[in-house]
Amino acid sequence: MEVISALVDGIFVALEPINLGLAIVGVIVGLFVGAMPGLGSVNGVAILLPFTFVIQNLTGTATSPMIFLAAIYYGAMYGGAISSITLGIPGASTAVATTFDGRPLALQGRADRALVTAAVASFVGGTVSNVLFTAFAPPLASVALQFGNPEIFALMLLAFATFVGLGGDDIPKTIFSICFGLVMATVGFDIISGEPRLIFFDITGFTHGIRFLVLAIGVYGIGEMIWTINSSRYKSTMSEVNISFGRIMDSIRAFPEAWKGTAIGSALGFFVGILPAAGATPGSLMSYGVAKMTAKNPEEYGKGAVDGVAAPEAANNSASTGAMLPMMTLGIPGSPTTAVLLAGMVIWGLQPGPLLFSEQPDFVWPLIGSFYISNVVAVLINLAFIPLFLAMLRMPFTILAPLIFVLSVVGTYAAYQNMFDVWLMLWFGFGAFFLRILDYPLAPAVLAIVLGPIAEPTMRQSLLLSDGDFSIFFTRPIAGPITVVAIILILLPLFKLIRDKLRAKPIG
Amino acid sequence: MRRAELVTAILLGFLSIYLMWKSGEPPAWNPDVPRFANIGFIDGEGPGSGFWPFWLSAVMLICCIWTGYNWYKRTTPPSKSEEPFLDDYGKKMLFLVGGGLIGFLALIEVIGFYGAMFVFLVYYLLFLGRHSWVKTFSIAISVPVISFFFFDVAMRIVLPKGYLEPLFIPLYDIFL
Repeated sequence: MEVISALVDGIFVALEPINLGLAIVGVIVGLFVGAMPGLGSVNGVAILLPFTFVIQNLTGTATSPMIFLAAIYYGAMYGGAISSITLGIPGASTAVATTFDGRPLALQGRADRALVTAAVASFVGGTVSNVLFTAFAPPLASVALQFGNPEIFALMLLAFATFVGLGGDDIPKTIFSICFGLVMATVGFDIISGEPRLIFFDITGFTHGIRFLVLAIGVYGIGEMIWTINSSRYKSTMSEVNISFGRIMDSIRAFPEAWKGTAIGSALGFFVGILPAAGATPGSLMSYGVAKMTAKNPEEYGKGAVDGVAAPEAANNSASTGAMLPMMTLGIPGSPTTAVLLAGMVIWGLQPGPLLFSEQPDFVWPLIGSFYISNVVAVLINLAFIPLFLAMLRMPFTILAPLIFVLSVVGTYAAYQNMFDVWLMLWFGFGAFFLRILDYPLAPAVLAIVLGPIAEPTMRQSLLLSDGDFSIFFTRPIAGPITVVAIILILLPLFKLIRDKLRAKPIG
Repeated sequence: MRRAELVTAILLGFLSIYLMWKSGEPPAWNPDVPRFANIGFIDGEGPGSGFWPFWLSAVMLICCIWTGYNWYKRTTPPSKSEEPFLDDYGKKMLFLVGGGLIGFLALIEVIGFYGAMFVFLVYYLLFLGRHSWVKTFSIAISVPVISFFFFDVAMRIVLPKGYLEPLFIPLYDIFL
């Protein structure tokens, strides 16, 4: 009961004109970045994070900027489908699975049906996951309140281990990326001993540390953009879409045909989203796979099955809310986008983690309320403005790219007001571009630079407590199992390798 | 691509060694402390200040050697790839776009944000995008103008203006 009344109060705060306005603007921005190939929710929130200081200054609370960024995250999950269906290019990695059936539907002249199915399935997925989030978050936060340093470090280890075990990228490159992010987080003054560390070439700019945004905007605003220009070569072909109010209504009436895919996506997406490192992309791919496996006519998949559009779209929205669960309750982001949101919370003066629920209910509940509101706003704007977004997709990349570069440069300066950080951001961007070509995953580095300042002190303080004995991470009742699971996940690829080797050997 | 994979792994390996060396540095106020004294456990203080970055950099080095081994065994896509790391288009694009960005930042130091933004947008839209003069100038003028009102006027974040500062003084009088 308490939860419901807190939620209702939160929804009322989220409906205040300023918050509702921010949710609407955020959703529109999100739909746009989601729809634009090469840009995803993480680019949107990373590039716009510096601008949220204004919102915080204007409103005096951290709730409004968070509502804005969460709305971008939400909107981007809807937007990804628009380009997947009409261009055949996923607007974001979360919408890759949507192209499998969305594109064939568009080629058959049924783009309107695919777009409406994607929007309504996204809405259902978002709503189901909001309810699950509301139910699970408060109890998880109260359990997490009992966590000490060893438990928190074990959780950090688990977050990194999932990248290694479940990330699916090249393992040494993933570990390299994690360690690089963690080492970059140590630049500046050591908060325990007060000693300066890694002040490269005695440049004073490094004494204040490498800020998270400098790396995140470098990677997502510069590196990814140059990579997209290099791989897409500014080319795309767009399907014709005949859309009218009547056709949208017909498609909405036909939506129940896609109930099964929607149900699978909504449930599976949420639980995959909770896993750190998994997030919306594997969530949507897995949901597509399960929907196909359990379908009566799996041969229709890939040729324009509406369930094949509904499952990944419901899943990516559901997973985006799922990824918020560990971020809000444990202080561990479930995806790169939530890592940026977490960094934002720290910048706005909040301490993410279980204490949020007990000490900052004025922040938490309006934010959860805004998830519900943003979801409704997103589906309405999406359906109403499909023609407008289609027109926007025709914007040439040669206009969009320089605007994003300008936004990245100005945003970095506005956040810290020194040119050293802007130059550093640019060098990180170039580095990210080269590493991206060679399949180095960069999301783990971004996650690591956020989590580094939490992981290092908790580990060192745990070891101080145990006189340097590492068994402290194994013997405590909560930390122990988490550490063991983390180690199993790290070793998982090794087990797979050994299994494959054994299978490959001829018997006898 | 195959050669780039190895070269990158070697360069990142050297970076890791440099980071390990740098992590063991004694604090400036106490140069008598030997290098690498801070990477282990210090009695009563727990792990030293260099413990975390040193060992993580060591893991980075191991990963680079591992990548090198994968390269030798040809087990990863980039180590098998016959494609060039950057083809002619890629090299030209990187030179024009990357060079443009470096020029943009260098210009900020001279003529400030708004002037540099205008020049960068004209360069990108007109020369790289081959858009019309009307489109180019409408975007290249409106973006700095909107930015000025957003940052300097609304947010009170004064962006540097370099040698163009005198041009903005009348605007300050009106809006600030």
